[in-house]
Amino acid sequence: MDLNTKYTPQSWPDHPENTTLEGKNKFVGFWLFLGGETVTFASLFATYLALKNKGPSGMEFTTQELFELPLVFIMTMLLLTSSLTSVYAMYHMKNYNFKAMQAWLMVTVLLGLAFLGFEIYEFNHYVHLGFTFGQSAFSSAFFILVGTHGAHVVVGLGWIILLMVRNAKRGLNLYNAPKFYVASLYWHFIDVVWVFIFTVVYLMGVVG
Amino acid sequence: MAHDVHTHVRSQTEYEYKRRRSANEMRSHVTTFAIMIFLTLIAFTMVYAGFSAYFVVPIILLLAAVQVVLQLYYFMHMSHKGHDTAQMFLYSGVIVGLIVIITMMTIVWW
Repeated sequence: MDLNTKYTPQSWPDHPENTTLEGKNKFVGFWLFLGGETVTFASLFATYLALKNKGPSGMEFTTQELFELPLVFIMTMLLLTSSLTSVYAMYHMKNYNFKAMQAWLMVTVLLGLAFLGFEIYEFNHYVHLGFTFGQSAFSSAFFILVGTHGAHVVVGLGWIILLMVRNAKRGLNLYNAPKFYVASLYWHFIDVVWVFIFTVVYLMGVVG
Repeated sequence: MAHDVHTHVRSQTEYEYKRRRSANEMRSHVTTFAIMIFLTLIAFTMVYAGFSAYFVVPIILLLAAVQVVLQLYYFMHMSHKGHDTAQMFLYSGVIVGLIVIITMMTIVWW
């Protein structure tokens, strides 16, 4: 049987993401990767918590003065909504509706781009205030943690866009269904990390 | 790679049943999303209201944990069958991550 076999909504399997051996392997391998990612981000969070508000004597930057909650709130809503739109994309994937899946992925990408735009604006704003990467232990820890998350958003966006473009003419089959599924898992994981960033970095930063 | 794939063509009834089931699941996902938005709103409002840090911090951490569990178990389907390996990998990561955080906190606060 060829992986490029055409299906109909009636013959499309219940779990197209792990019907093939390749799909099963991708699925298991990807969860192993997510376990590793959890450790990566935990180390960055630990570093940030240890170095929060610490720097040379007379340092004028603290979390209370820097962070602006309205901006963080908008970014949170954008990323949370993009998580729901990728759930919609996977819903249509399982119903073998390629066009609807692509459309929802497109919405996900646009929301992700908006999030990224706000993050770039935020970093740019800090750098102009003098809160640069090398300014203090606190600033390095902050930019590494939030920047690594931002880099994940960039990778996720590039990944989803490439999948959409590469498979635009192919339509859905058992070859690319696991790829779309795993990309959407990655996107959800980015939102999982952001939940902790907005809580631990921003909200706890403002509270003190 | 796909030698082991058996194609089963559903009857009209089976197909309608599948569609209805996945539509129901999608509806529950929207409910989950509404809960997550609600938890986020509570967290931001509590910080805005300016309560004591000793009161706010544990609660917003708890809200974050609940939201992440919803995300993992519903949006990422960890509640579905066949996710035992996935759970093992993720929880191993969480345990190692917690140890890292506890270690760093201990070094700083001692």
